[in-house]
Amino acid sequence: MIANVPEIRISQAQPQPELGSPEGPRPADPALAEVSAVRSFLLSRGNSAIADRGFQWLMVLCALSIFGIVVLIAVELVLRSQLAWSKFGFGFFFSAFIDPATRLPMYWDPVNGHFSALPFLYGTLVSSFLALLMAVPLAIGVAVFLTEMCPRVLRGPLAFLTELLAAIPSVIYGLWAVFVLVPLLREHVNPLLIRLLGWTSLFNDDNPTGLGFLAAGVILAIMILPIISSLTREVMTAVPHSQREAVLALGATRWEMIRMGVLRNARIGIVGAVILGLGRALGETMAVTMVIGNSPEIHRSMLANGSSMASVIANEFAEASSDLHTSALMELGLALFVVTIIVNALARVLVWAVTRGAPAQVH
Amino acid sequence: MGVGIEVVSLNAWYGTNHTLQDIHLNIPANHATALIGPSGCGKSTFVRCLNRMHETNPIARVTGTVRIGDLDIYKDAKPVEIRRRVGMVFQRPNPFPTMSIYDNVAAGLKLNGYSNRRALDEIVERSLKNSALWDEVKDDLKKKSGASLSGGQQQRLCIARALAVDPEVLLMDEPASALDPVSTSKIEDLIFQLKSQYTIVIVTHNMQQAARVAEKTGFFLNGRMVEFDLTHKIFTNPSDKRTEDYITGRFG
Amino acid sequence: MRYGDQRVGEYKLTTEHKMRARIRALTDGAATGLAVLSTLLVVAPLVAIFVYLVYKGASSLSWAFFTKNPAPVGEAGGGMANAILGSGILLGVGSLIGVPVGISGGIFLAEFGRGTKLANAVRFTADVLNGVPSIVMGIAVYSLIVVPQRHFSAFSGGVALGIMMIPTVCRTTEEMLLMVPHAVREAALALGVPNWRSVLSITVKTASPGIITGAMLAFARVAGETAPLIFTAFGSPNWSVALNEPIAALPLQIYVYAISPYDEWHRLAWAGALVLIVLIVLAVSLVRYVTSRGVLKGAS
Repeated sequence: MIANVPEIRISQAQPQPELGSPEGPRPADPALAEVSAVRSFLLSRGNSAIADRGFQWLMVLCALSIFGIVVLIAVELVLRSQLAWSKFGFGFFFSAFIDPATRLPMYWDPVNGHFSALPFLYGTLVSSFLALLMAVPLAIGVAVFLTEMCPRVLRGPLAFLTELLAAIPSVIYGLWAVFVLVPLLREHVNPLLIRLLGWTSLFNDDNPTGLGFLAAGVILAIMILPIISSLTREVMTAVPHSQREAVLALGATRWEMIRMGVLRNARIGIVGAVILGLGRALGETMAVTMVIGNSPEIHRSMLANGSSMASVIANEFAEASSDLHTSALMELGLALFVVTIIVNALARVLVWAVTRGAPAQVH
Repeated sequence: MGVGIEVVSLNAWYGTNHTLQDIHLNIPANHATALIGPSGCGKSTFVRCLNRMHETNPIARVTGTVRIGDLDIYKDAKPVEIRRRVGMVFQRPNPFPTMSIYDNVAAGLKLNGYSNRRALDEIVERSLKNSALWDEVKDDLKKKSGASLSGGQQQRLCIARALAVDPEVLLMDEPASALDPVSTSKIEDLIFQLKSQYTIVIVTHNMQQAARVAEKTGFFLNGRMVEFDLTHKIFTNPSDKRTEDYITGRFG
Repeated sequence: MRYGDQRVGEYKLTTEHKMRARIRALTDGAATGLAVLSTLLVVAPLVAIFVYLVYKGASSLSWAFFTKNPAPVGEAGGGMANAILGSGILLGVGSLIGVPVGISGGIFLAEFGRGTKLANAVRFTADVLNGVPSIVMGIAVYSLIVVPQRHFSAFSGGVALGIMMIPTVCRTTEEMLLMVPHAVREAALALGVPNWRSVLSITVKTASPGIITGAMLAFARVAGETAPLIFTAFGSPNWSVALNEPIAALPLQIYVYAISPYDEWHRLAWAGALVLIVLIVLAVSLVRYVTSRGVLKGAS
């Protein structure tokens, strides 16, 4: 209400109340007895201090259960891998048994009780690295397209499609890879790679199945793409608009604006997104198990059969031949657990460092 | 029926910020009392101390005595018990967005475990009539959500919600500041009517509003209460120079 | 510089300047092209997977798929009725564990622990737990439940899925609760409503569309999980509803059939995959529909 302040009407000159409701003030309300019934009811209610405290503790307990789960997993894995640990120590991850007759390394020989994690470490690292090599540029490209270039109409559906990619179960990726991707690699891609790049010895034709590190890498790349691109999108949107305008105002082209104004400011978060994708790739099980070939060997060729930490657990755990075998698999699981925790923690710290300033709360 | 409020050396802090300094005040029963002052003067903090809402903020702190009727609210009772006896209407209408109009009004009773459905119907009707909203909403009490009403209606719904628990005191923190002039005058009419049954404390930055609805008015400045007197005395013949400066528009 | 020589604001464009401008424009175009290309490359496999899945799956789907149990090797026909039921039971047990615990954890983060060190630690641990590979969950639950009980069971599979749901449900619940306006909480407290009641009946209820969304997202995620079930639920060719016996699950059955050498089983695997993906896509789309309508419609 806008009126001149000094001309204040004082309270004697109050306007008479004119109410929309037919009732006037009712000091002698006939329902007054009822009213005090309400009040006495409310007075009879306790202050529910006990219920409040109990509720709060229940919520705290549930939150603490998250710590409990992590600790429980760690304890179980440590206990069950004791046998392998006491037998092989750190050598489990670094050395292999050399067969005295053939002078060839024996990595994983359940029958004779030789267990070394080397081929699985190698398989996990190689397939994850291949996946990153393919997924990272694509993911950043998609993120750049969606945040900076895409017409508004397409943005929603495309973002939805990439989300959908993340919702497809691992086993369905595996199924598709077995029946579509692997034949495609076998018939068309691998021969081409052998012809063009065979001289590097990274691609040779020892394995006619089409399975192997490359197949695992490709399917992993498809699987981690949505994770990397959606997180990259998140950190890119967190870059303040003023940064973009500042660069544009200097006469930069759109690409220069993206490179200098956006990507440079978001780079820590993008690294975090990539590491998060790596974490997912390291532990991915079903799709990899179905296409990596499952042999505990180390080959230089990307087209050779291999095995990863997760895939060997999936394959052998249910029918482990001895306690030592089970224990060795448990130790692989423990290693996977520790590595993914470190990788994920690192990634979260990096992503948080960028998006923390973004509005997360609405009041 | 309302009861009087007696405030003795009340101090309040937000973190290290001393927002209320040594307030002494006697608020009469069954009258409307207005609190005026420039923004940030502590008048909102003051009413939030009267139903212990101030302390819902973890960094807030209060000392001193507040007696509502014969109850020393910081000594003899838990916040929950006090808030059932002291209703509050906020600056911005805040109906529960997921509840129907009926459930909004009944919320204070239902959520405290009241289950007599017939009595509840009656209480809802009476509260809505007392807040002058009944005629506008009686046809879709349970169909429409509280959030679908207009701003002014929402605020009257919030008043009905506060009245439904039959409080002794009604605190209003700038209840009309977010509303249009027509809605504002409706709220003022309502206050004028309700004060025969409840003790009303209304915070306002609008001096005419204070003059129109309140018998007594207090002037706050920088966390202190400068003057507390009959409303017409405050506006015609204030005893403090700072009050005079404020009401004549020299600052604030 | 003497302004007489050259009019202000007019540049003399040398060949070098023109070249630089050309290169910049070309780079810009190339970058745009690459971004578009990578988007196409990402959409391509998705479309390929879907088209192939629908093509293969639909042609293999039959009424028997939903009503019959798997046929013995070499026999034609058979379906995945027991696996669909099994997945339902496993997800039911998982949700019974994961949803309440996750929501409660989220309530702690948003309502009680805001800004505390404990809440930050819980939030961080939940995010990290989310990244622990599902196969690790599988062997951990195996040694926690299956080993002491000495047999595989539906119950242990449900526990594994439930544990995997907790972090997702917890974090989305927190986010949704933080979106409830502070004024709504104050309104409830000012009515003298006890805190626990105000949290459950006002704050959580106001945020409930979003919380349900989060729970369904977690549900959709674990619905396709295979790795944690291999050593817990184990799979079974028979009808089973008992919680202390091995039980079949849709993703598990798809896996077994996919790596088998029989064409008939491959067809069933595709049909199973189609059913699974339709269920998941339905859940995700529903979630997207609910969230796009606004979590707090009409809240001021």
